[in-house]
Amino acid sequence: MATELLIWLIPLPPVLAFFLIVLLTNRNKALSHTVGVGAAFLSWLGSMVVFVRALGVEHLGEHPFVSSVTWLPLGETTDTYFDIGILVDPTGAAVLFFVAWTIFMIFLYSVGYQNFGQPKGDHDQAGLPPHGATVEEHGHRHRVPSVEPMYSRFFAFLGLFAFGMYVLVLSDNLLTLFVGWEIMGLCSYLLIGFWYAKPSAREAGVKAFMTTRVGDVFMLLGVAYLYSATGTLSFREIFTEGVLHTLATVPSGVLGLSAAGLIGLLLFIGAVGKSAQFPLHVWLPDAMEGPTPVSAMIHAATMVSAGVYLVIRMFPLISLDPTTMAIVAFIGAFTALFSATIAVAQNDIKRVLAYSTISQLGFMIAALGIGAYVAAAFHLITHAFFKALLFLGSGSVIHGMEHGVLHTGDHKVDPQDMFNMGGLRKKMPITFWTFLIGGFALSGFPVLTAGFWSKDEILADAFGHGHWAVFITLAVAAFLTAFYTMRQITLTFLGEPRTKEAEHAQETPWTMTVPLVVLAFFAVTAGWVGIPEHFPALGGLIPNWFHEFVGGTLAEHPEAVEFSIWPLLTSLFVALGGLGLGWLVYRNVKTPAEDRLQIPVLKNKYYFDEIYDYLFVKPAYWFAETVIYKFMDQGVIDGFLHSFGPVTDRFGSAIRNYFDLPVINRFFGDGSANVTYWFGGKLRVVQTGRIQQYLMFALVVFIAVGAALYFFLLA
Amino acid sequence: MNFIDTHLLSLILFVPALAAVIILFLPNGENRVFRWFAFGASFIPFVLSLLVWFRFDANQSGFQFEEIYVWYEAIGSSLHLGVDGLSLTMVLLTTILTPLSILASFSITDRVKAYMILFLLLETGMLGVFMALDLLIFFVFWEVGLVPMYFLINQWGSANRNYASLKFLIYTMGGSLGLLLGIQLLGVLFNTYDLQIITAQWSTYTEDIAGIPASTFKTVAFWAFVIAFAIKVPVWPFHTWLPDAHTEAPTAGSMILAGVLLKLGAYGFLRLILPLYPEQARVFAGALAVLATAAIVFGAFASYAQTDFKRLVAYSSVNHMGFVVLGIAAAGLASGTPDAHIALNGAILQMFNHGLSAAGMFFLVGVIYERTHTRNLNEFGGLFPLVPVYGGILIFTSMASLGLPGLNGFVSEFLVVRGAWPILPVYTAIAMLGLLFTGAYILKGIKMVLHGPLNEHWAPAGGEHKLTEINTREILVMVPLMALILWIGIWPAWILDVINKAVVRLF
Repeated sequence: MATELLIWLIPLPPVLAFFLIVLLTNRNKALSHTVGVGAAFLSWLGSMVVFVRALGVEHLGEHPFVSSVTWLPLGETTDTYFDIGILVDPTGAAVLFFVAWTIFMIFLYSVGYQNFGQPKGDHDQAGLPPHGATVEEHGHRHRVPSVEPMYSRFFAFLGLFAFGMYVLVLSDNLLTLFVGWEIMGLCSYLLIGFWYAKPSAREAGVKAFMTTRVGDVFMLLGVAYLYSATGTLSFREIFTEGVLHTLATVPSGVLGLSAAGLIGLLLFIGAVGKSAQFPLHVWLPDAMEGPTPVSAMIHAATMVSAGVYLVIRMFPLISLDPTTMAIVAFIGAFTALFSATIAVAQNDIKRVLAYSTISQLGFMIAALGIGAYVAAAFHLITHAFFKALLFLGSGSVIHGMEHGVLHTGDHKVDPQDMFNMGGLRKKMPITFWTFLIGGFALSGFPVLTAGFWSKDEILADAFGHGHWAVFITLAVAAFLTAFYTMRQITLTFLGEPRTKEAEHAQETPWTMTVPLVVLAFFAVTAGWVGIPEHFPALGGLIPNWFHEFVGGTLAEHPEAVEFSIWPLLTSLFVALGGLGLGWLVYRNVKTPAEDRLQIPVLKNKYYFDEIYDYLFVKPAYWFAETVIYKFMDQGVIDGFLHSFGPVTDRFGSAIRNYFDLPVINRFFGDGSANVTYWFGGKLRVVQTGRIQQYLMFALVVFIAVGAALYFFLLA
Repeated sequence: MNFIDTHLLSLILFVPALAAVIILFLPNGENRVFRWFAFGASFIPFVLSLLVWFRFDANQSGFQFEEIYVWYEAIGSSLHLGVDGLSLTMVLLTTILTPLSILASFSITDRVKAYMILFLLLETGMLGVFMALDLLIFFVFWEVGLVPMYFLINQWGSANRNYASLKFLIYTMGGSLGLLLGIQLLGVLFNTYDLQIITAQWSTYTEDIAGIPASTFKTVAFWAFVIAFAIKVPVWPFHTWLPDAHTEAPTAGSMILAGVLLKLGAYGFLRLILPLYPEQARVFAGALAVLATAAIVFGAFASYAQTDFKRLVAYSSVNHMGFVVLGIAAAGLASGTPDAHIALNGAILQMFNHGLSAAGMFFLVGVIYERTHTRNLNEFGGLFPLVPVYGGILIFTSMASLGLPGLNGFVSEFLVVRGAWPILPVYTAIAMLGLLFTGAYILKGIKMVLHGPLNEHWAPAGGEHKLTEINTREILVMVPLMALILWIGIWPAWILDVINKAVVRLF
């Protein structure tokens, strides 16, 4: 099959699965997940074929896979169209690779996570997480996990989500990229609020949708601006020297930015929303309300990556304006450090990962802000693998803990609180070892893990190009990352079980552990493709393939940064130091009270939710209800309209009372009648009936008229 | 066959009125007969307009399927009908929505005969406006549509229907006064009411009229036209009749009100104001843009503030139609440029799209209202598990209304934003605030109705749901709407091509 056609087909299976499940197989759980996982597999297969073929093309950056069709007839003549199409260039191929793998693994994992094969729950209802079922075996009853009531629907939503991500990655233009972007936004809303009957999940879904929408409307403006400035939204047409030069030199009239600068900034705000960067980061931690595979999908593999992917895609444009780049670098670096400090004080196993995700995305954004294109793409990919692994691992832990909760029957124990865990390494060995690999990759454990290579490259770039502020900020953030990761591993897996539930935790089924193992494999090996050429001992053993390949996307191949020992030493120090310190501090901590980092301001995420609520959410509702609706519409406008009623009424009454009645009725109407009546009365006396009198009158009148005529006409 | 071929437009126009007359003479009593007869009768214009759609040659300029009949010779007015890409789109929208609305009205049990007669007369009124190529005929149909709608609200509406119907009638009639005067002026001046002749001469007319400079005259007449149409669209601040009328009208009435009647106003802007007053449209584009932006932003905010589900949807029309007017304002300012054409493409497509999604939303509100007898959002909550199919349809339609990419609303809103941005950047940017809050009110609706803990009032009692799922007839009303919503969202070329060719030629 022609590669281009194949690329067109890649996004289709998941969306077909969505429609199939919603319309037909909704009632049959096995059929639904077969359709869903099968579709994810087909897309994965297609992606792998495309990826392999892309590797075989020389200078893929200059000759990418492209194909387009006409879409919107918008031209001034009959045959000009707005075209849409597909594009796979080196960056696209690399992103496609990790997207396909993580999505497929998440689909598979979901089968186990949503308790397929387990009995129906005793009191389960749609919209709430399953509470467990009672079964009788060998004469005694015990509680087991129950299957998710909306099992089929879950796979339908995941399918639509996957479709959105594939569309985003494979688009050759900003408009269809935006389409995929928003479809994912919808799915994140639906999936975060999957257990919609829980008020917290419902609010979290709305919050995610609205917060990202703040970014989206700016992005939409950026898209419109770019389209009107260049007449196209196709990446390949925009990233030509002439177009970029024009954009860089035309002033936008806002803040002294060039057109490229303003467009870049608007698009970047979209990425800030989607990738949960400060100040639009607030939605992501709440999004943990969704089922854990969703968290992995949203927070590792797809949606948050989309923001960074957008900045990577638009890098040739965004990098034109130094002001925009400075803003990008600042936001990224600040977010990286800021959310790392919050992660230190979280006790919910998923929330730690959530803040860690925000922080790591900050690393990538900061890297892009300082021009480290390849390093950002590299970290995007390695992060997707190890963060998906960590999320799925945490889901596995939660699942194991829930098993314990069902066993003891004490539903007050929060299966997500790390202080309720401890010692799980023995109960859940596969989960433990894979989680350890993921955690070490996140911390940047030297040489072995993928996270080390990508994070090191970002630090090396910041160092090599003299971005000291970024370098130091990221180094501190990296230290904190290693620290809280080790805190998490120590509290969860090491030591002895701190609760009965942890004692009865159980390893999860193969549908959940196989994805963990696969992702762990990539969390280690994905880094080896990008070892710098001059790295001590290892450099040059494996060529720095990633840099060559992905760097080829840009028209001007970026120079690999010169090797320096200082950033390497820094990397080593922060990773090992953070991990070591984390273990030292937390190996003996048993309760939250003993944890000295439970600082309120950190625990409460610097009170951003409260501040936003106070500054934006409440005033917006007040403005809408009191000012716009009650005051303006009902008060001023309707008040004005209603005043017409009484005014018209009074005007009408006035006309009746002061004109109609006295003037028309009394004077003309009644008046003329009265006059006639009176006159008739007076005249009655002459109606005598005697002929002589009538003749007498006639004579008098005749003489009078004759005299008058004579007087006026003849005289 | 030959007769049908040569009288397509008049058949589309008068078949509903004829059917109304026939219903009048049908024996009383059997409601089923009236329903099915009206439904069947409204299907004929739909089929015929499909015929027109497929025979229509988008590449040909000017009006097609023209018909002209002597009507009022003494003052130079004739029954002149014709369609181009702009009006054909609206005719199609009307003939699609009317059968669906009649199907939606099958649950009406009170005075079905009168109801169906009024509904069919309403269709003739609306279609006449879209087809008229004579100003006086335009006005006649403009007013004809008003009467059935007044009675539909007044007789079959909910609690506050007297207030709402009166407000609707008086407001629209108030606007019509200026329009009538403006039309009379043109008729007297040119001794004809033929739209094509008047358009050609009036737009370049410069002589004094009765000693008053033509430009002054034109400015006054321009505003008379603008206010008439602005009330109908409705543009802020002439919009407050809309939430009342929409909320009180019976379900199908709201569907047609939002789906078609509002488009009459926007159509007036496109058919009459832009061609007749290009100069004034340019001069006052800023003012129009302010009002459009106000409609977008304030409409969204007001919608967000509602606790009545139907009122929330009603206010969303103000928000969405604001984009139509924003596109028109941009086109007025930069007439003839590619940007203006893109903005108008968006505006016209938005008219069609809003017709689909708003009609769908109103219908869905009606479905839940018929079952619960409340529209208060605070009295719903957590209904999703009870009515999963309804919930899915509601989310789908809400997302179309929200402008989700992949569904129809996005294409048109994007085109308006794209076209308006280079022409009116500040207003377009402010309008984004409205787009943001579109999300807020849509999600509020879904959240309050479907999500959250189940309101115990609707809880299944004794094994039987108090709340019944959407039935087959109701699903059949939604399916065509949803199919079109999805189709235009994914592949808008079939309709945008017709619109675009008309826009490029006309403006």
